[in-house]
Amino acid sequence: MASEILEVLIEALELVFSGDPTFLEITTRSILISGTATLLSALWGAPIGMILGLKKFRGKTLLKSLFNALLGIPTVALGLILYLFLSRSGPLGFLQILYTPVGIIIGQSILITPITVSFVTSAIESVDPEIRDLARTLGASETQASITVLGESSGGFLLAVIASFNRAIAELGVALMIGGNIKGITRVLTTTIALETTRGEVVLAIALAIILLTIVSVLSLSINLIQRRRT
Amino acid sequence: MKRNKVIWTSIVIVAIVISIFGTAYYVGAFASKRSKLVISTTTSLFDTGLLDEIEDRFEAKYPIDLYFISVGTGLAIEHAKRGDADMMLVHDPSMESTFLSDGYGLCRKIIAYNFFVIVGPEDDPAEIEGLSPSEALINIVEAGRKEEAKWVSRGDSSGTHSKEKSLWTMAGFDSNELKNEGWYIEAGAGMGTTLGIANTYSAYTLADLGTYLAYYDYGVPTPGKVSLVVLVDQGQELLNVYSTMAVNPSIHEELNFEGAITFIKFLISEEGQNLIGEYGQGDYGQSLFFPAVELLKENTDSTLVGWIEDYAYIDGEECPPEYQDGHPELYI
Repeated sequence: MASEILEVLIEALELVFSGDPTFLEITTRSILISGTATLLSALWGAPIGMILGLKKFRGKTLLKSLFNALLGIPTVALGLILYLFLSRSGPLGFLQILYTPVGIIIGQSILITPITVSFVTSAIESVDPEIRDLARTLGASETQASITVLGESSGGFLLAVIASFNRAIAELGVALMIGGNIKGITRVLTTTIALETTRGEVVLAIALAIILLTIVSVLSLSINLIQRRRT
Repeated sequence: MKRNKVIWTSIVIVAIVISIFGTAYYVGAFASKRSKLVISTTTSLFDTGLLDEIEDRFEAKYPIDLYFISVGTGLAIEHAKRGDADMMLVHDPSMESTFLSDGYGLCRKIIAYNFFVIVGPEDDPAEIEGLSPSEALINIVEAGRKEEAKWVSRGDSSGTHSKEKSLWTMAGFDSNELKNEGWYIEAGAGMGTTLGIANTYSAYTLADLGTYLAYYDYGVPTPGKVSLVVLVDQGQELLNVYSTMAVNPSIHEELNFEGAITFIKFLISEEGQNLIGEYGQGDYGQSLFFPAVELLKENTDSTLVGWIEDYAYIDGEECPPEYQDGHPELYI
């Protein structure tokens, strides 16, 4: 059996390097959709994370636990909830973004916001509190001290962005429920893998999985390299 | 700090590039003047690849983009009821009848038929090969109770699952009671996964021919494929009829009813019917679906027509007149 699995893997690799234009198209679409979603979530997730990391206020622990809990939300459940909102009969139906790439972008950006927030928060909190105190003793104002802390935790921001992107590009539920896996429009890597698996096209599904894994691994590797260099 | 700046600058540049390309891409995607037709479809039609071929031909001819959403019958109905799909392609006559009488569907047309198959392990422990579907199921129950055979049920409220339940009823059993017996395994999954489970347990299951052929290993053990063989493929009870329906435009103002009618007309045209009938001959050496329009119109095979009428007609008609909604030309 092992040799047969190896055969499938080899066939899949051949397929990856065959230069099929649909592979490129689906991969590009995945990267664009999940990249934009990551950008959006960074846009609002990073400030939320900064506030949670820097400020002290009532309910902060509760809010942090909430974001931590949301890290594990099943993507199909989120997809279903968003579907009910974006459905033509739903409260946001007038936006007409169901079954469009924009719909997936918004869904994924919501999905990964807890990741962005939690990573940024813990990056800031992991900065040695003495650095902040040191900045203050050197005459820095509260804001300047905060900026120093943010500067020290910039690696954490990068990690937040990459981790968010990886979750977005590898998720299936939102892309399937909100995008509908429509050929040429909302068909991304994960939905194609699911489709080809149900179609019994094992080699094709594995080939797409290899592409997905490569993207995710290259990103994770580069973030590790960057962090290593910094320390 | 200097290295930080380099990192941050490169991040910002990448982000800007992504958003520019992203925006350009979406503007391009939405600039299309073509209208959009969303079709909720049963997975058994979609997974065979037939709809991809129909889509290519149809889109080349008409200014309408087809959006196929393949979600399983339960969610397909929900989509249509909420006005998220303009039309449906389904294979569950009793559900279709309810859908029409509840006021959600219009202009039902039977487009194709084929036969379900009962597949199982090659050594056939329940000895069902060549039997009628009911006899086969009775044998499987007996063998199952003696712990010699197993059955895998779809268990997912799909059209195929609905067929399976009616087969159990015809054989004199209640699938709700069988559920509690050890040899009856509920998959709760799509056809492909169900076939995989049946293969692992050397069990019997009901499958649509298209998905089965896509999964069959043709005698050569292959990971991800199944070695189950077709044991029962004859009999009126295994008839599978595919129909199409437009969603009632009064449900939601955005519904593309005109587009749905155009696509229904294409499906029942000679071109559409030929596409359906020829599909699979290249890959599998046999047709996966048989066109139904000509057959029902000309009554070329009265036994078969009788079966389709018995199984898939509603009040003795393909679509009762009150649901034809000013499109009698579909039924001439």
